[in-house]
Amino acid sequence: MLAVQARLTRSEFTLDASFGAEADGVVALFGASGAGKTTLADAIAGLVRPEAGRIALGDRVLFDAEAGINLKPERRRIGYVFQDGRLFPHLSVRRNLLYGLRFAPRDRRYATLERIVTLLGLEALLQRRPGTLSGGERQRVALGRALMAQPELLLMDEPLAALDVPRKAQVIDYIERLRDEIGVPIVFVSHAVDEVARLAGTIVVMAGGRVAAAGPAAEIMARLDLDPLAGIEAAGAVLDATVQSHDAAYGLTELAVPGGILRVPRLRLVPGRRLRVRVRARDVSLATAEPRETSVLNVFRGRVVEIGPRRGASVDVAVDIGARLTARITARSADALGLAPGTEVYALVKSVAVDPASLVQAEQDNP
Amino acid sequence: MALTPLEVEAIQLSLRVAGWAVLISLPLGIAVAWLLARYRFPGRELLNGLVHLPLVLPPVVVGFVLLLLLGRQGPLGAWLDDWFGITLAFTWQGAAVASAVVSFPLMVRAIRLSIEAMDRRLETAARTLGAPPIWVFVTINLPLIAPGVLTGIILAFARCLGEFGATITFVSNIPGETRTLPLALYTYTQVPGGLDGAFRLMVIAIVIAFAALIGSEFLARIVKRRLEG
Repeated sequence: MLAVQARLTRSEFTLDASFGAEADGVVALFGASGAGKTTLADAIAGLVRPEAGRIALGDRVLFDAEAGINLKPERRRIGYVFQDGRLFPHLSVRRNLLYGLRFAPRDRRYATLERIVTLLGLEALLQRRPGTLSGGERQRVALGRALMAQPELLLMDEPLAALDVPRKAQVIDYIERLRDEIGVPIVFVSHAVDEVARLAGTIVVMAGGRVAAAGPAAEIMARLDLDPLAGIEAAGAVLDATVQSHDAAYGLTELAVPGGILRVPRLRLVPGRRLRVRVRARDVSLATAEPRETSVLNVFRGRVVEIGPRRGASVDVAVDIGARLTARITARSADALGLAPGTEVYALVKSVAVDPASLVQAEQDNP
Repeated sequence: MALTPLEVEAIQLSLRVAGWAVLISLPLGIAVAWLLARYRFPGRELLNGLVHLPLVLPPVVVGFVLLLLLGRQGPLGAWLDDWFGITLAFTWQGAAVASAVVSFPLMVRAIRLSIEAMDRRLETAARTLGAPPIWVFVTINLPLIAPGVLTGIILAFARCLGEFGATITFVSNIPGETRTLPLALYTYTQVPGGLDGAFRLMVIAIVIAFAALIGSEFLARIVKRRLEG
């Protein structure tokens, strides 16, 4: 259990945030740049000192302004993966990985070099120097280095931001593996909704130095007021999906999602594999009568739950199809269809529109 | 051309004085450079000025100040003599102190530049991995500022080998004790028929300087390779 409460004033910025999260799985600190995500992460790691507040990890108090407790970063046992990797340039990859091990209490060690190297695919890199690594390799080593210090919590500050798209996909796979196999709780700082949708179980939305919303990922992602809060086009829904079958002839994969079958461009995944799919609000359209003879393959029957405030020409409509789906339609259409909470609707999702970044899997995926 | 015992003596003395001068000023040089590069404190400008003073003062003045302070009658010199039985005036140890003082600014400057150029975020990273500050200093800072430290050592060593003014003023020109290579050369030029001896010492000085340059270049390359892999 991570409990954070921190207030901190800079000349033109005030951080006043508090949140609590079960310390397992991935907690995402999500928000636009300047929202205070990194400052909050730094406060958790002990790199900046809040003026007031309390930070506790399990029963360990890391910081308590009133009680005068402020553990030094090296005493907090919190691993930090920085956006720029920050590998030690004068040490080999191997020695970078081993750097923190000597300070980890012997009875609290859970990651061995062998396991980390295998998990992150670092065998071929061990003797190399950081200067010779690619961006993706560097971030993998940084992940491994942080884990080898046997932290009780792993902080990642935009670890994918400096990477190009293919490398991003690769590193995110590795992070997913860590989440599933090592079981160390992770706080993941990001402004990219795809990454957050893919990894996080809990989402803390930050805006203007404050926590604007916090809760389970599916709930938060489906909220209609997320866009202005996060300051980015975030609206959409996250569906838990299971690979059901492949349609080789048409190059499609059928995913079982709550409320039906979602057909997406073919994925290289074996049936039974579970994954999460993000469906952007702007890729969902609504109809009040069952659409026939349409090119859209994915039609879900559901009921309007909520209609968000009008923004410009559009409104976001939340639809319950067994899970929450968000549709962004024009206000004009909403009025023409006479939508209101309770209205029965059909939600149409174009197969080709399903956010590929939320689906990307490693090419060498061998379950 | 075999070296004469006098020449050997002068060379050995010069190397010993310069070596000790660098050795004693190195830890202090790193500490002062660190202080000046990393901290803002009252009196910082004063310390900065004091460190750099020998660079702009005539060496003879430095030597005279040392004589006043560290001479047998001087406040510090008397204290050292009474408590530790250490005499600096007119000894080779005194020559080492004079060289150290004169070369100190060069050493501090080189080290300070490399400290300021260091990426401090690496220290933060090391701290989050559980390393206490002193360990971070030894395993991260020191290796990364090594090129600057090396430059500082070389500059200071070279300055020490050439030291003349402060040395002759503070510890005089005593054969076998304080007559380093430059002083020996100077002495030859002051006696009739000493030109041959002066010429030989000049050649020796050039050879030593060259060897030092090549050696330092070699070391710098090793350090660079170790840092960049």
